[in-house]
Amino acid sequence: MKYVTGAALASLLTTSLAFADPVDDTLILNEETDMITRTAAPAHLSDTLDEVMSGWLFRGTETRAMQADDFDNPGMIFVEQAQDSWMIAEGTEGKSCSSCHNDMDSMAGVKATYPKWNEEAGEVRTLQMQMNNCRTERMGAEAWGYDKTPAINMEAALSAVSRGLPVNVAIDGPAQSAWELGKELYYTRTGQLELSCANCHEDSYGMMIRADHLSQGQINGFPVYRLKNTKLNGVHSRFKGCVRDTRAETYKPGSAEFVALELYVASRGNGLSVEGPSIRN
Amino acid sequence: MRNFVITVAVTGALASSAFAEDVLPTDVRYEDGAVSVSLSGVAGDAANGRKIVGDKKQGNCVACHSVTELKETVPFHGEIGPMLDGAGDRWSEGELRGIVANAKIMFDESMMPSFYKTEGYIRPGNAYTGKAADETLTTLLTAQQIEDVVAYLTTLKE
Ligand code: HEC
Ligand code: HEC
Ligand code: HEC
Repeated sequence: MKYVTGAALASLLTTSLAFADPVDDTLILNEETDMITRTAAPAHLSDTLDEVMSGWLFRGTETRAMQADDFDNPGMIFVEQAQDSWMIAEGTEGKSCSSCHNDMDSMAGVKATYPKWNEEAGEVRTLQMQMNNCRTERMGAEAWGYDKTPAINMEAALSAVSRGLPVNVAIDGPAQSAWELGKELYYTRTGQLELSCANCHEDSYGMMIRADHLSQGQINGFPVYRLKNTKLNGVHSRFKGCVRDTRAETYKPGSAEFVALELYVASRGNGLSVEGPSIRN
Repeated sequence: MRNFVITVAVTGALASSAFAEDVLPTDVRYEDGAVSVSLSGVAGDAANGRKIVGDKKQGNCVACHSVTELKETVPFHGEIGPMLDGAGDRWSEGELRGIVANAKIMFDESMMPSFYKTEGYIRPGNAYTGKAADETLTTLLTAQQIEDVVAYLTTLKE
């Protein structure tokens, strides 16, 4: 890789020399779970990156500390709310999530594999799509709005029970065409600023863009609690914000394009620990 | 190309930019990435150029470049492009105009946005709304703003 650490270099700053300086730190959750925040890049990225890194490494000391302990992590309040709603019957069938899935712990590991191909439906599903399918098809309840509070809280709760496990989404077989679409979107320079995800998160991570320290734009930490808006934020909402910032027409949360992009971006983080709910600026 | 020499003469006489005829974005002539003729026909105002370079809502050049001379007035300079200190020594006025108008001609595949262009975008938006652009889509900077920025850049000497 082309990065070198050290502030000494700041004065030499020339064109192509990226001095990506994610911190040298380790994340141990609640003093017991070792989290993988950097690891060898998955095979499909071996031509472009040596290592993949969690966004956690690019945040400040205090933000990182908040995420290391559930008592300090404001995202966990929303996880608790979702744990309550897990037990509450809704819809015409009078069922709750727990009627069929028992404890939330039975979902350990599930988050790490999403987005995932669903054979019966013949589509790639995000976790939110799968939850909504249970709601509309099995509970007779209304679908939750994409990235809206009830959905994002439940996604955070499902993520919380998978924390520490490595992201492991499948990109071959029937999911491959969605993955290819996601990859194409990732490298397309959109909007009047003509910037692609890769321009910022692959070519320039570690650098400052105005006041922001660019990370690799990984999604292993989602949903994220943002200090900026003091709530949980979904992957598609983040994508939307980044696309909007290129002065482009965005896609909608839940759209086929963002589902494909989520699969692709998730696959760039294969091997990193599931971290959600994480804390970001 | 258009009748720009005449325009310059006229505006010079009247001392008003209102009469200037801008070179259309689609008519700009690049030679090795440089543009030798003024886009507005009116001399650039370096003081205004300095504002544009630091202003988030205008050039926002400091998102990617740092300029030592601007640091006291504008905080947080980015590191994606080279430092602009000494740009006026490294490049001629025409080269600077070409770089600001459309850097992708001088630097293949450059990450730097093209500030004087209206065509060839993928999913252009209506500024930062996330909605589709309509027929009011304009260049990121006007011809005169480009001239102002170029005038400022030529003052950056080491
Ligand atoms: C009536 C029973 C039922 C209810 C109620 C129900 N589910 Fe499901 N759920 C299922 C079945 C059956 C599957 C597996 C079938 C499939 O893959 O489509 C499933 C699959 C899932 C999966 C994917 C698991 C995996 O390994 O990929 C998630 C996540 C999930 N449900 C979440 C929820 C949530 C959240 C709720 C409450 C809002 C809920 N479910 C309510 C029956 C139910
Ligand atoms: C102009 C530069 C730019 C572009 C282009 C861009 N982003 Fe970002 N993105 C940012 C900044 C700045 C942040 C906040 C700091 C960080 O985590 O990198 C961010 C954050 C993110 C995050 C949150 C990471 C975390 O750990 O919380 C994700 C995910 C992301 N971007 C994905 C994308 C995707 C996908 C695209 C393409 C559709 C994209 N970005 C395009 C600048 C950009
Ligand atoms: C998104 C990032 C970005 C923005 C915004 C940006 N630039 Fe650049 N600029 C670059 C990069 C990267 C280069 C290096 C050329 C290349 O692509 O190889 C560059 C090169 C330059 C150069 C030549 C550098 C030298 O001294 O050798 C000048 C001059 C310049 N930019 C001026 C500007 C001005 C003026 C603005 C605002 C109107 C601006 N840039 C906005 C990224 C940017």
